[in-house]
Amino acid sequence: MSLLVSCDEGGRDHGKATLHFWAFGREGEVLQELIPEFERQNPGIRVKVQQIPWTAAHEKMLTAYVGDATPDLAQVGNTWIPEFAALGALEPLDRWIAGSSVIDSSGYFGGIWNTNVIGDTVFGIPWYVDTRVLFYRKDILARAGYRQMPTTWAEWRKCMEAVKRQAGSARYAIFLPTNEWAQPYVLAMQAGSTLLDARGRYGAFSGPAFRRAFDFYVGLYRAGLAPTLGNIEIANVYQEFARGRFAMYITGPWNLGEFRSRLPAELQDKWGTAPLPGPTGDSSGVSLAGGSSLAVFRASPHKEAAWRLVEYLSTTKQQERFHRLTGDLPARTETWRSTGLVDEPKSHAFWVQLHRVRPVPKVPEVEIIATRVLESAEQVIRGGRPAGAVLKELDRDVAQILEKRRWMLDRSAQSSVSRAPAR
Amino acid sequence: MKVPSSAEQGGAAWLFLTPALSLIGLFFFLPVVASSLLSFTDFDIYAIADPANVRLVGLRNYVRLVESPIFWIALKNTFYFVLVGGPLTMAVSLGAALLVNAPLVRFKSFFRTLYFAPFITTLVAVAIVWRYLYHRQYGLVNYALGTVGIHPVDWLGDPRWAMAAIILLAVWKNFGYSMLIFIAGLQAIPQELYEAAYLDGAGPWRRFRHVTLPMLGPTLVFVGLITMIGFFQLFAEPYVMTQGGPLRSTTSMVLLMYEEGFRWWRMGYAAAVTFVLFLVILAFMLIQRRLRLEDAR
Repeated sequence: MSLLVSCDEGGRDHGKATLHFWAFGREGEVLQELIPEFERQNPGIRVKVQQIPWTAAHEKMLTAYVGDATPDLAQVGNTWIPEFAALGALEPLDRWIAGSSVIDSSGYFGGIWNTNVIGDTVFGIPWYVDTRVLFYRKDILARAGYRQMPTTWAEWRKCMEAVKRQAGSARYAIFLPTNEWAQPYVLAMQAGSTLLDARGRYGAFSGPAFRRAFDFYVGLYRAGLAPTLGNIEIANVYQEFARGRFAMYITGPWNLGEFRSRLPAELQDKWGTAPLPGPTGDSSGVSLAGGSSLAVFRASPHKEAAWRLVEYLSTTKQQERFHRLTGDLPARTETWRSTGLVDEPKSHAFWVQLHRVRPVPKVPEVEIIATRVLESAEQVIRGGRPAGAVLKELDRDVAQILEKRRWMLDRSAQSSVSRAPAR
Repeated sequence: MKVPSSAEQGGAAWLFLTPALSLIGLFFFLPVVASSLLSFTDFDIYAIADPANVRLVGLRNYVRLVESPIFWIALKNTFYFVLVGGPLTMAVSLGAALLVNAPLVRFKSFFRTLYFAPFITTLVAVAIVWRYLYHRQYGLVNYALGTVGIHPVDWLGDPRWAMAAIILLAVWKNFGYSMLIFIAGLQAIPQELYEAAYLDGAGPWRRFRHVTLPMLGPTLVFVGLITMIGFFQLFAEPYVMTQGGPLRSTTSMVLLMYEEGFRWWRMGYAAAVTFVLFLVILAFMLIQRRLRLEDAR
């Protein structure tokens, strides 16, 4: 540490290193408030936060990489990590973690930490976490005869049917936006599908596990339990939820705050959250490992300073402040206890769920494949095509999408074989 | 004074043309050539990491394109939009131009501004309002249909209606521009022609058919061409209204290109899409030119 300080004071850049930090949406706004304290603690470092809207974030980062204009560090959606790691844009962090007194993988949710690990290398430190749980109307469920959310698929489906029976034709048991890929992905992971094969070379969509989840998912629309609507077609989710147009909704932690502020006061004790049911009960009810990580860019000239900022933002104190400012769920389990989130009834479901989360396949093509899965589902739901044929087509399509990846894998395997004798 | 020889004149002409030509070359021909070359590679996200990851794939992008059902859907949607939306826009704008230009109409400039307003309004704002108008449950359009006993239509959610809804929006949004050009065209028609036709006993329809239309010929061709080129590049309307759905029913060629190129970074494939679209527009322009030449003969 003293060595570092003296280095900074001796100053190649006159004692001041300026860190460029990109953060997105609401997080970017709030981040500004956390920075002054860091700058006070580290007089040699100045931080420039650039706030980027979520919708432009991914494109902007890619363009920055292409144009050699990446920041020193950035918030990175943890499903993007494989892609940016494959590009070689991110700094491997193992070395830094080994020397850190603040960051240690045991302080984080295992499933979330895992999304940052590609091969054996860590490329990001979880900043805040995200997963999907069920938000539901307790009063509507009670009227249908359910005091709490079931934990198995079979019971869950029965519960939805009971809700639908007493709701009538214009109302539904659950809202599953037809344009969100998280829901079918989650169901598939619950049924034990790996989505892709072991090394991410081919799709596993016509396999029995995926088929089971697909049938369950599509069946909800077919039976009229879920409306065939995307989330742009529904004018206002909160209003419709308040009106009882649907009783359940699978969504993420940002809606804890939204539901509190947007639902009328008399509904506040009538909604709750529950971990997702699974095909065989509790333990199979896995969900998506999401959220954002902090990553340092390989091209940064100030990695040392950038890592110090990552450490600062990962301290329990800053995690608490960040949670209070954004409502985002903290990445460190310690902060969950110190903020009382563990025992708060509505966030408790997230606490339970975060212990059973799984990452989506760690291939750069994950999102394009996800949209193809949605389109396949749409062909069955809206187009009435048979699931078997659609899923076979999906596998063919995915095989074509992954062709480049297979070529890359084969080539790197070959080059390591040809290099082997020399070693 | 020495008269410059034709060779000298030619040299001077080239000299004067150079700035314009180099700009066109740099910003038009070069990109066209580059993107056509790109379409023979598999340039993608991996290639950004390391140029060694680019492969020359010959015509494979085009083969995949032709084999892909989404491409054919996008092509069909684009033609649907151009062939229905284009003439409709022209008809509406000509109608509006005739109305605004009619001698009996008062507050001409007021109506002209009113009709032109949609064209200059930001599409994103317009799209949000129209999404409410089209809303299945609360939309004004369905409310209006309901008053005459027609069942609500799920405008943006039903694959059969989504493109029609987009066309309606595009017509409303774009007719103002062509209307202005038509008004200019109408005002250039000498009043004497109408008077002569009137004295010969021609009614309003025959005056329109035999005086207005022929005199508007060049304007019609121009507006037709501009509308067609613009409509082939359908992108923003479905991008903000439907994201190409439901069931891909509003995915246009440009939207497909955007998705492949800028969402998935499959630049090679996207370049192939662009090139096909370029050829389609070119073919249409040639056909239109041919028809015009035959007309002139």
